[in-house]
Amino acid sequence: MSRRHPFLLLVLARMRELMREPEVVFWVFVFPILLAVGLGVAFRNKPPDEIAVGVVAAAGSDRVVSALPPAGGFRVVTISADEAADRLRLGKVALVVVPGPSYEYRYDPTRPDSVLARLKVHDALERAAGRADPVEVHETLVTEPGARYIDFLIPGLLGMNIMSGGMWGVGFLLVDMRSRRLLKRLVATPMRRADFLGAIMTSRMILVFAEMALLLFFGWLVFHLVIQGSLWTITLLAVLGAFVFSGLGLLVACRTAKIETASGLMNLVMLPMFVCSGIFFSPDRFPAAVQPLVKALPLTALNDALRATILEGATLPSQSGRILLMLAWGLVSFAVALKIFRWN
Amino acid sequence: MDIAIRCRDLRKVYEGKPPVEALRGLDLEVRAGECFGILGPNGAGKTTTVEILEGILQASGGEVEVLGLRWGRSDRALRERIGVSLQETRLADKLTVEETLDLFGSFYEKGRSALEVMAEVGLTEKRSAWVVKLSGGQRQRLAVACALIGNPDLLFLDEPTTGLDPQSRRQIWDIVRDLRRRGRTILLTTHYMDEAERLCDRVAVVDHGRVIALGTPSELIASLKGEHVVEFAVNGNVEPRPLDPQSLLALPSVRSVRSEPGGLLMTVDEPHVAIPALLERLGREGHGLSRLATRHASLEDVFVALTGRRLRDE
Repeated sequence: MSRRHPFLLLVLARMRELMREPEVVFWVFVFPILLAVGLGVAFRNKPPDEIAVGVVAAAGSDRVVSALPPAGGFRVVTISADEAADRLRLGKVALVVVPGPSYEYRYDPTRPDSVLARLKVHDALERAAGRADPVEVHETLVTEPGARYIDFLIPGLLGMNIMSGGMWGVGFLLVDMRSRRLLKRLVATPMRRADFLGAIMTSRMILVFAEMALLLFFGWLVFHLVIQGSLWTITLLAVLGAFVFSGLGLLVACRTAKIETASGLMNLVMLPMFVCSGIFFSPDRFPAAVQPLVKALPLTALNDALRATILEGATLPSQSGRILLMLAWGLVSFAVALKIFRWN
Repeated sequence: MDIAIRCRDLRKVYEGKPPVEALRGLDLEVRAGECFGILGPNGAGKTTTVEILEGILQASGGEVEVLGLRWGRSDRALRERIGVSLQETRLADKLTVEETLDLFGSFYEKGRSALEVMAEVGLTEKRSAWVVKLSGGQRQRLAVACALIGNPDLLFLDEPTTGLDPQSRRQIWDIVRDLRRRGRTILLTTHYMDEAERLCDRVAVVDHGRVIALGTPSELIASLKGEHVVEFAVNGNVEPRPLDPQSLLALPSVRSVRSEPGGLLMTVDEPHVAIPALLERLGREGHGLSRLATRHASLEDVFVALTGRRLRDE
């Protein structure tokens, strides 16, 4: 028999088990891509809608209509005063212009599109009437990758995956093995516990690499994501993240005997980070008073660091604060978990 | 003679409210090369004893020596030399039989080849099957195979046939007999008396965390005084003279009499002497016989005689 090292066989066994579990393949590889596609499409940057304007049929309405050409982004209908009131109320037009010696604008000032329409229409009408702008301006239009929602989202999804992968992949696995008495069975062999835990961590890392590569490649291919920072830095951050969340997973699992309890605990730990740590929206939206708490969460540090690296090209040394925070979380979790871990 | 396991005054208290005293001074000596059975009802302390001997649980008190070594000092050396099959271990569902055995084998310095062990427990055909697809009996044979893969000097089998169908039980028995023939020391626990009678050289009957009887199955049965059992029932106790069980002790060759649900049970030395006397007595007193059966006494009878309870509360 070709004898192989138990560590290698433990890693191999873990990888085989994972790959033979359709749910794992879905949650790890398919789900983040689906989420990226769904959110990327829903929140894609698009040109502003055309401005719907109702012009009340009266003397001078022709002049108004010709001052608001489709090329300027206007869609104009000429209608009776009653109908104009109806359409405004129903939101089918953003603004109603009543022509006359002086113009009257009717609109709802709480509707952003109406306010925009008023500015645009007023500007166009005044220019048509011969207003000269005293200052000359030039416009340079900038729409490029890096500032879109999808650019914000992909590093966040990567962070989220590293968190849930570490928590479930380590915490849930260990509780499951304990509840099947498999942990006890393994302890009854001469297996080294360091080999065992090391193998679980290693298989996590392998999975994290695969997830990361897939998500970044997909972002690049479909959404033209531009990765500013170095891939090494991103990889190191991902490894560090996997370490932190494996530690938290181990902590959740260290004494829990029942799968149900483990699920509850895991969600309890992850929920605040799902909401606060900037997966889907920036954590800056939370009030200043809670910012120190939000910033202290390990996923916030990971997401911020991933974003800074992917989108801004930040280097590792420039993020030492975030890295130290994550290291602290990881080391403390591991130290406590290993101290109180129950093998039987 | 070499002693494989020796434990003295073993005690175990599980913390809790109230604390549970699982072992209350259990003594045990297992000789090298024998198949030793721990027989007892559920909750007697069998698994606790075995798990302490396997180094999985810590005793609250007492001394344990396994293969001349002690837990806490020579753990790794001990784990290399013992093989363990726990009660109800669910191995990884989606590894194959061979992968599972290769993995367990890699933990041991002198691990055996998976092929060899699979052949020994009759799982060669299932080598590429996922564990989750195996039947209960096959899983249990795989558990035994995992215990054998390290080529152990001492094998622990905790309730190896609980919950299996008769055919699967017989397959496990064959494996155990085969191991014994080849000189392995085996400690097995069971609450099946027939299993202990068939497989074990010596049996310790355990109840409430203590050994209450020890010996070969035949010694234990002989200790009953009366190796045959006569069970019978009469058609109601006819007035005015109901059948007094104790009066039956006066019959020749009868050693003990006990009321059982639905009848009476006597242990006798010689059924061919006791039964005619019984029939004559019943006829004289006007009792009709509705059931009569005789059999060899079993370990179950030993347990009932010792505790007044049955092994399994059915």
